[in-house]
Amino acid sequence: MRVWKALLAVLLIGAVNTAYGADKEMKVGFVYVSPIGDAGYSYSHDKGRQAIEALPGVTTSYVEAVPEGPDSERVMQNMARKEFDIIFATSFGYMDPMLKVAKQFPKTVFMHCSGFKTAENMGNYFGRMYQARYLSGMVAGAMTKGNVLGYVAAFPIPEVIRGINAFTLGVKSVNPNATVRVVWTKTWYDPATEKEAAKSLLDVGADVIAQHQDSPGPQEAAQEKGVYSIGYNSDMATFAPKAHLTAPVWNWAPYYTKVVEDVRKGTWKSEAAWPGMADGVVDLAPFGPMVPKDVQDKVNAEKAKIVAGTQKIFVGPIKDQNGEVKIADGVVATDPELLGMTWFVEGVVGTTK
Amino acid sequence: MLRMRITKRQEPLGIGGSCFVLLTALSLSLLVSAVLLYLGGTSPIRGISVLFQGAFGSRYALEDSILKAIPIFLCALGVAVAFRLKIWNIGAEGQFALGAIGATWIALSFPAWPKFILLPAMIGMAMAAGGLWGLIPALLRQKLRTNEIIVTLMMNYIAILFLDFLVYGVWKDPTSFGFPMTPGFSEQAIVGKIGATAVNWGLVHCLVLGTLVFFFFRFTRIGFEIKASGDNVRAARYAGLPYDRLVMLVMVMSGALAGWAGFLEASATVNRLQPSIMVGYGYTAIVVAWLARLHPLSIGIAAVLLAGLRVGVESLQLDLQVPAAFGGIIEGLILLTVLAGGLFTHYRLVPRKH
Repeated sequence: MRVWKALLAVLLIGAVNTAYGADKEMKVGFVYVSPIGDAGYSYSHDKGRQAIEALPGVTTSYVEAVPEGPDSERVMQNMARKEFDIIFATSFGYMDPMLKVAKQFPKTVFMHCSGFKTAENMGNYFGRMYQARYLSGMVAGAMTKGNVLGYVAAFPIPEVIRGINAFTLGVKSVNPNATVRVVWTKTWYDPATEKEAAKSLLDVGADVIAQHQDSPGPQEAAQEKGVYSIGYNSDMATFAPKAHLTAPVWNWAPYYTKVVEDVRKGTWKSEAAWPGMADGVVDLAPFGPMVPKDVQDKVNAEKAKIVAGTQKIFVGPIKDQNGEVKIADGVVATDPELLGMTWFVEGVVGTTK
Repeated sequence: MLRMRITKRQEPLGIGGSCFVLLTALSLSLLVSAVLLYLGGTSPIRGISVLFQGAFGSRYALEDSILKAIPIFLCALGVAVAFRLKIWNIGAEGQFALGAIGATWIALSFPAWPKFILLPAMIGMAMAAGGLWGLIPALLRQKLRTNEIIVTLMMNYIAILFLDFLVYGVWKDPTSFGFPMTPGFSEQAIVGKIGATAVNWGLVHCLVLGTLVFFFFRFTRIGFEIKASGDNVRAARYAGLPYDRLVMLVMVMSGALAGWAGFLEASATVNRLQPSIMVGYGYTAIVVAWLARLHPLSIGIAAVLLAGLRVGVESLQLDLQVPAAFGGIIEGLILLTVLAGGLFTHYRLVPRKH
């Protein structure tokens, strides 16, 4: 009986959708963890928002600098009450609050970025940023002179640890002697702290600064010291033109457009999506003029392999910091293993605590 | 040209006059905010009305504002107790963290205890942890003559890092994919909501504790001693009041109240311990306590107003795309004008005669 009712409901919704489908006005809300002026993480999500705002029949709005935790629950509730059709929340800490709100508003579609929980009306999504990080590591490994690379990182959570590991594997693939030194800032967005952390790495001799933060603070520190840097989130070349080698970047427009269209057509289904370079969600920013042609060619060749699916990056043998084999020879790490990664690969100097 | 001179009043300004000054100050800050909105390209009338609608204009909005005011109120009540003695406790943030840690420890250790034992035990541990965290700067002040402003402030960082240490380490939920959070609390460890509202029973805790603090200062000898010593330390010492013990007492009370707030936030709102529980209520509390001139009832009003402002600014962002930083600007303006207006309680402006 229930199945039939559900089927009937789906058919009805389908009928309504075909009748009004193309005309249905979609309201899409975004919740950001930092101000969109951060030139980084939220900025790149907001680029995606602007892309769907440009679609016919779609209006969007956002709330920026929302603290993770109870405050975000209220913001999402508020959006759902104002009859937003889709709500995107783009930081890990919004996961549990979103799950609570999703239960209260079964008709709204909730999309959580970077977590692991889903519900009937709540999907999660993220991009395989580690692919671009690996490539940026190759560039950094080729450009270092002192074989010490610095990495300013936000929080010791799997997303960040995975990025550091991929970066380090990229570095080691071209320069086995180099090490990557990690400093935790314990903040996503605090330009002054990020810059100070970068300086502490410069003081121990790092000559390329990579980062997993929301602002270009580390880039500025590198430029001031006259060394190189690898950005993150968006092309940060304008903030440090002399230092900026390249950056792993987000490109959310194609994915957000797809989700909005799916919801409008009524074909959206809750899932855990993890698109990568092949889908255009992650990419590498243009190389700076200081990156030699042969390095660029080598990285581009590797990029083609990633897009083709022949380079999976986390392929054994991969050892951890203690030299213990964590991924056996020839084995490809599974997605759950990658999503729950809490150990550093060999070549990283720092702790995951 | 009109030239003014500041003279001291014979009698402090009465209730009516104080209210007038307060309302003028608030209007002034809203006026400046309206001008800023206008300069930013938003209709100021629409902006201010969206702000109020979003803060208090519907049942949901009101519930949200009250919900957010609960931890702010308790922290502010705590710092106000210390401020009465002119002991500048800037450490509510850390005491809040310790309270949350203490409550979580009990909640994770004895999840199966019945609610009527578990919740009081969590409260007790939260108060003890927060109170002890407050006692340390008081002792350092007496034994080593350290400045409590610096020590309480520094201890905030220690407390937050200790919280991080726990949730990234021993208390980390094994099913959280390595993300920093403790397992969720059991049903018995959660303070529930009042009826069908979104507001939890913490509101009642606030009313009871606020009343207790009010009576403590109004009708008990120790309360009187604290007020007297705060007004004049030398006179109090000369009169034989146990100043050092009072300092310890207010710091413990202050810490215990902030700890209680930490318990409520962990239990009722987040249902677990995680780093994002720390959003600066301990610092907001200082603003609230000052705005309210340390009076418990006024603290309640100021806490709801400030919480409402923060909630309302979200609507302002969502509906009119005003930047998030605008909320901070209004908050700063209100604090500035209201505190500046406080000048008129004891002084007045008179035109200078030629």
